[in-house]
Amino acid sequence: MGAALHQVTATGPDGRWLRGAVLATVLAGFVAPIAAGLWQTGRAAFGILPAIGASAPSLDAWQGLLAVPGLATAVRHSLVTGLGATILSLAIALGFSAIIHARMSARKSARALAPFLAVPHAAMAIGLAFLLSPSGWVARLLAPFAGWEAPPDIASVNDALGLSLTLGLVVKELPFLLLVILTALTQIPVARQMAAGRALGYGHGIVWAKVILPQVWPLIRLPVLVVLAYSLSVVDMAMILGPSNPPTLAVLLTRLFFAPDIQMLLPASAGAILQLGLVVLAFAGLLLAEAIARYTGRWWLRRGGRGLSWEPILASMTALALALAAIGALAILTLAFWSVAWRWPWPLLLPESWSAQAWISAGGGFGRALKATLVLAFATTALSLVLAIAWLEGEDRYDGKRAGWAEALIYLPLLVPQIAFLFGLNLLFLKAGFNGGIALAIWAQVLFVFPYVMITLSDPWRAMDPRLDHAAAALGAGPWRRLFRIKLPVLLAPVATAAAVGIAVSVAQYLPTLFMGAGRIATLTTEAVTLSSASDRRITAVYASLQAALPFLAYTLAIAVPAYIHRHRRDLRGGA
Amino acid sequence: MSLDLFGVTISLRHGAALFPPLTLSVAPGEVATVMGPSGIGKSTLLDALGGHLPRRFEMAGQVLLDGRDVTALPAEARRIGMLFQDAVLFPHLSVGDNLAFGLSQTVRGRAARLARVEAALDQAGLAGMAGRDPATLSGGQRARAALMRTLLSDPLALLLDEPFSKLDAGLKEDVRRFTFAHIRDRGIPALMVTHDPEDAQAAAGPVIQMAGP
Repeated sequence: MGAALHQVTATGPDGRWLRGAVLATVLAGFVAPIAAGLWQTGRAAFGILPAIGASAPSLDAWQGLLAVPGLATAVRHSLVTGLGATILSLAIALGFSAIIHARMSARKSARALAPFLAVPHAAMAIGLAFLLSPSGWVARLLAPFAGWEAPPDIASVNDALGLSLTLGLVVKELPFLLLVILTALTQIPVARQMAAGRALGYGHGIVWAKVILPQVWPLIRLPVLVVLAYSLSVVDMAMILGPSNPPTLAVLLTRLFFAPDIQMLLPASAGAILQLGLVVLAFAGLLLAEAIARYTGRWWLRRGGRGLSWEPILASMTALALALAAIGALAILTLAFWSVAWRWPWPLLLPESWSAQAWISAGGGFGRALKATLVLAFATTALSLVLAIAWLEGEDRYDGKRAGWAEALIYLPLLVPQIAFLFGLNLLFLKAGFNGGIALAIWAQVLFVFPYVMITLSDPWRAMDPRLDHAAAALGAGPWRRLFRIKLPVLLAPVATAAAVGIAVSVAQYLPTLFMGAGRIATLTTEAVTLSSASDRRITAVYASLQAALPFLAYTLAIAVPAYIHRHRRDLRGGA
Repeated sequence: MSLDLFGVTISLRHGAALFPPLTLSVAPGEVATVMGPSGIGKSTLLDALGGHLPRRFEMAGQVLLDGRDVTALPAEARRIGMLFQDAVLFPHLSVGDNLAFGLSQTVRGRAARLARVEAALDQAGLAGMAGRDPATLSGGQRARAALMRTLLSDPLALLLDEPFSKLDAGLKEDVRRFTFAHIRDRGIPALMVTHDPEDAQAAAGPVIQMAGP
């Protein structure tokens, strides 16, 4: 009977082909270019950049970098704001999740977080700059109490300590971390463990810290690393809110890369490698902190301390989270007000007269930027969705668990600082003769859009009842018919949500558009960032409002369209 | 038309067998019952026969349907219908479209297909419910709709995975009688997994008691 040993699985040659194609696409499209980009940047950092006549290995680039005025301060700004923002948002998210998890279903809280996740970083930064500036709402609210007759002379934005940048980063990263934590919590029987812990005499907050969080951490480690890498190397937000002279390292490098003197490309490349080093070091620091926490945590746990001592911490984190949400909401509101304000004299809280002039006069310009933004958003989202669905369908047909390396592959583009490889990549493309086309910008954005689409879609995809697929197969439906007639329609709501996330991420992209478009593709984001430094507040507000409105519209449609299509299908109305 | 199992056994990949090799012949219109303790692998056996065996398992032995070896075929090519504990109607399709999805493609033409679906609904006491959301049906109605959906696909054999266990006592007998009557009428060999001795009694076919290896 030995010969009759068969493998009865759903893996046909088809499943193998699909998985191979997806893997090849990811390797050739993502991994290879990132590696090649890093390699090129690294070569330039050590003196080899034939494009500008540098061909002998040397340390000149590093000497040039050290000679850049304010380098040490720039590094310090990056570390203080990047580490500060990550630690703060993580602490607040971990504390606040204890409160929100007990009061709100995962679905409801995801809906509540959506608008904050949707707002692009640049729009949020511009809104915060308006809100916090000496002539902004906050100062106007305080004016009667502080006795300010005119806008006070305080550097409340672009402050030298990087406080406003840190605040901006926390406002944007907190909702992301909260979403990640609340999703992770759905995999843990929190209510039962909480009951068991409290029955042993531990307070709610202590059970949270001693029992729940250690189980959450492994599930959120990668997203926390993403936040860390992002905060340390962000460019658009740091240009708008960060210290200006010297700025953070990533902003300094962007200035060097786009400096008129092309010899500055060498120190800029060395700086990009330094930026990469900072991120790697920060990762190592985080993992070390994890190891220490694991060790001391056990000691703390074994001591068996009970009581209610953690309740005030949870309460203060909740207060902070709510305050940050209010600040974020006010920042977006202030954008909308400024875009239609005409006269808005100090210290009035609302404009004295209104006008659509900014919208009309900006019309010619934002029409083009809006078009480019929409083309990029639709193209990148469509490509990312197709690839994500192909990946997940390939996993289904293989019927295997996702390997650790595959998960890391998805996160890779989010973990490497953009500036470290985008420049090298740009060089490669120039050498190959491509330059600054929309296709390159689309591809560069997909690098960052795909991971988020994939992360958003994976959980709901796997949560689908596999018997639906089995039932369809038993009725004679082949794999493609099952995908298009059963799985995708049943998963319409999560697919729409993933598409909205894709559009939000694409609209928010700054550096990839700038580098790959060779400065010639103007999107709402690149225009808003450029305008924010100088010109008319009203015109800037128009661009930033539009930039914030697009993802918001996408999220709204992602909720409304599936709800309408499934309005007569009770079992699908709950899911999202 | 018969369903034959020769020395079928399932084991964890590179691991121990869940139960000793099973050899069994189910005649047309007969309902064989498989019983045994939880965790012995009864549902896994049905998964294997239907072509949905999870990768962590492997199957040895042969499954013949009408003398045709289906062991290496993908699920959709086996023509083995499956009935689950709670019907598993497609939630995005109306009741009628669920049946239309099942209806064999040998029935051609919109009008002809529609007529077949209507007739099947009629037989199941679901006349006029083609447009309904499956979520609004009662448990018994859902079970009958699922049976009709499967029968419309012209299966050569039927697998039933505790198909009546979630129904109320009163309904259970109705649905059971309805299901077995259709299986007998159509002359389809069926294999049922159940915990309920009454199911086995009503099936009136051979009963296989599974035990560990």
